[in-house]
Amino acid sequence: MYTILDKVRLNQTVTKMTIQDEKIAKKAKPGQFVILQVHENGERIPLTIADCDKDSGTISIIFQIVGTTTKKLDNLEVEDGLYALVGPLGNGTIISNYTKAAVIGGGVGGAIAYPIAKALEKNGCEVHSILGFRNKDLIILQDEFKAVSKKVFITTDDGSFGHKGLVTDTLSDQINKGESYDVVFAIGPLIMMKCVSELTRKHNIKTVVSMNPIMIDGTGMCGGCRLMVDGKMKFACVDGPDFDGHKVDFDEIINRNSIYRDIERKSYEKTCNLFNNMPTNI
Amino acid sequence: MANTKRPVIPMQNPRERVNNFSEVVENLSDEMAKNEAKRCLNCKTKPCVAGCPIAIDIPRFIGKIASGDNLGAYRAIKEYSSLPAVCGRVCPQEKQCEKNCVQGIKSDPIAIGALERYVADKYIFENFAPKASSCQPDRLLKVAIAGSGPAGLTCAGNLANLGYNVTVFEALHALGGVLSYGIPEFRLPKAIVEKEIDNLKRAGVKFETNVVIGKTFSIKDLFSQGFSAIFLGTGAGVPRFMGIQGENLQGVYSANEFLTRVNLMKAYKDDYDTPIKDLGKVIVVGGGNVAMDTARVAVRLGAKETTLVYRRSEEELPARREEIEHAKEEGVKFKFLSNPKKILPNKNGRVCTLLCAKMQLSDIDNYGRRKVVEKKDEVFYMDADTVIMAIGTLPNPILKASEAKLKFSDTGQVIVDQETLMTSIDGVFAGGDIVSGAATVLLAMSAGKRAAKAIDKYLKQHRCAICK
Repeated sequence: MYTILDKVRLNQTVTKMTIQDEKIAKKAKPGQFVILQVHENGERIPLTIADCDKDSGTISIIFQIVGTTTKKLDNLEVEDGLYALVGPLGNGTIISNYTKAAVIGGGVGGAIAYPIAKALEKNGCEVHSILGFRNKDLIILQDEFKAVSKKVFITTDDGSFGHKGLVTDTLSDQINKGESYDVVFAIGPLIMMKCVSELTRKHNIKTVVSMNPIMIDGTGMCGGCRLMVDGKMKFACVDGPDFDGHKVDFDEIINRNSIYRDIERKSYEKTCNLFNNMPTNI
Repeated sequence: MANTKRPVIPMQNPRERVNNFSEVVENLSDEMAKNEAKRCLNCKTKPCVAGCPIAIDIPRFIGKIASGDNLGAYRAIKEYSSLPAVCGRVCPQEKQCEKNCVQGIKSDPIAIGALERYVADKYIFENFAPKASSCQPDRLLKVAIAGSGPAGLTCAGNLANLGYNVTVFEALHALGGVLSYGIPEFRLPKAIVEKEIDNLKRAGVKFETNVVIGKTFSIKDLFSQGFSAIFLGTGAGVPRFMGIQGENLQGVYSANEFLTRVNLMKAYKDDYDTPIKDLGKVIVVGGGNVAMDTARVAVRLGAKETTLVYRRSEEELPARREEIEHAKEEGVKFKFLSNPKKILPNKNGRVCTLLCAKMQLSDIDNYGRRKVVEKKDEVFYMDADTVIMAIGTLPNPILKASEAKLKFSDTGQVIVDQETLMTSIDGVFAGGDIVSGAATVLLAMSAGKRAAKAIDKYLKQHRCAICK
């Protein structure tokens, strides 16, 4: 079940996996996500569908190793199977008739931004992609974005590639140069989406963010992914994951999402030790 | 003359059970069961049956226990219930069958629930051959069930017994719905749930996990896959919050999330990856069975102190009496006539204090419950590290968003014809919490059972040429 057909390392911590699942591939739309479980005792984690091939019945996920579950996921190889995979969940991104859009991806968030850039371009929209990474070794999907974007800007925190600085610097430059975007899609760390939203609010540019908070079931049952949007409680799994960035209360969700950080760190260290001490010939 | 006293049902000692997740209520001994069964007056009018939502022939199965025919008793129950070991444990018997028991007028009512569990536990693991189908050709007819909770499982079991080819679709990776993610191990062991499901599998029911109806498959998809009828038993839906300040702080959970982390994802076990934070001082808001389950789970997870905050008084608590007593024995504290107004954080953004208003009871409302109003300017503070909201659910939006032809009430429940249990879509039936709003396991089972009958009738009328 849920067999891994292909596995590609995109950089030292980011992996792309292609998984067999006709049911999900048939229905998946850009912006939707799956919930997966690596093994029976594992967590359920949400991951955005990075790509899907309806003919071959496969979907792709791109994930960064950030904790126990992604470490265990990364440890699976081609022909291994996942314990559980369910989807497509959430609502697809609405690709209206935009003329010019800025698509912003922060780190592995680029993996989620890419299908949106692709769909926008297919719909006749001019796409400017701004991708931010910590350094040049972490850059992913540059060619893919180039294929669907009129302009691609890369920023790195340390200046080892492209512009040294943040994605918001580049976005601000472009806006100041007179680029008029109908819409900005911002996908990445919560703090990045918050900063982009604050910038675009000043310029009154519609901004869509993709929220990926803690989830368990992904079908509205647990309420773990709740967030405040325009003063109303929303559930990212059934009401989102896309929301109007100008209306999301980022500070609140940044705070709640940090609750398991210490437990996660300990668990991750334990998992890494376990894998590192394992003989490699089995 | 038989003993007229109801037996004291054996139970795990509270001091010990707060440290484990093993079942609290233990089974009756053979002798206790037989003696208790002999107390049944076998009334002609059978008031107990009238109190049972699935109308089990109670005097008949009790009579069989009294005469030493436990297997006969099990078979008698199975004619009515697909999940007897579950019913015997989670039914509110004191409000149903036992409430009507004639013995209860002068003495104590018969311990019907305990007797049901007694026979169910005796034979649940026996792997009896499933009942032969009465209408083989119907096997060609496929029925899809959305949701493997009590409504779906009961509907599936009944339809399988009638000879249909039944597939149950479940959104989660594990089967059982609320029986798995909601009700804790110490009240309903998961091995019992798994075995009841295994017995349905042996009766021919197929199960597919990781399928969300409305997302993975639409209703139209199911019809084009060859299903002739569909039963929607997808449950109550999204958790309710109070809409007060601080509900999104670290350390605030819905009861659904908290219970799912523990019951389904086994966060309390070291070899499972799903985390749960040190609970510290826990406040559970609410007064129903879910609130009791939540508080008792918190106790077992080593909460420093567990307090249940309820806006009415003890008398109005909607939870089962037994659960309230068990919670008290386990050290859960109760703060009545109190209603949270605000949750305040510490400097790290975690819950620290709960501000409550004092309440007072007033007139009786349309539902027969006392209304409550805030006392003016009377507030107080409670220390808290974790706050868990157990105040019910609101309808799940998935089906509403994905199935345009499916009609919903103003309050978000699926509308069904009272008689045929059919929704606004031909061949699609619904029952359980998705129709009634959040209710009990037994009412969901009762709805599943009635829906099975209705589906059988519908298919015989419309589809099954041979049976016509």
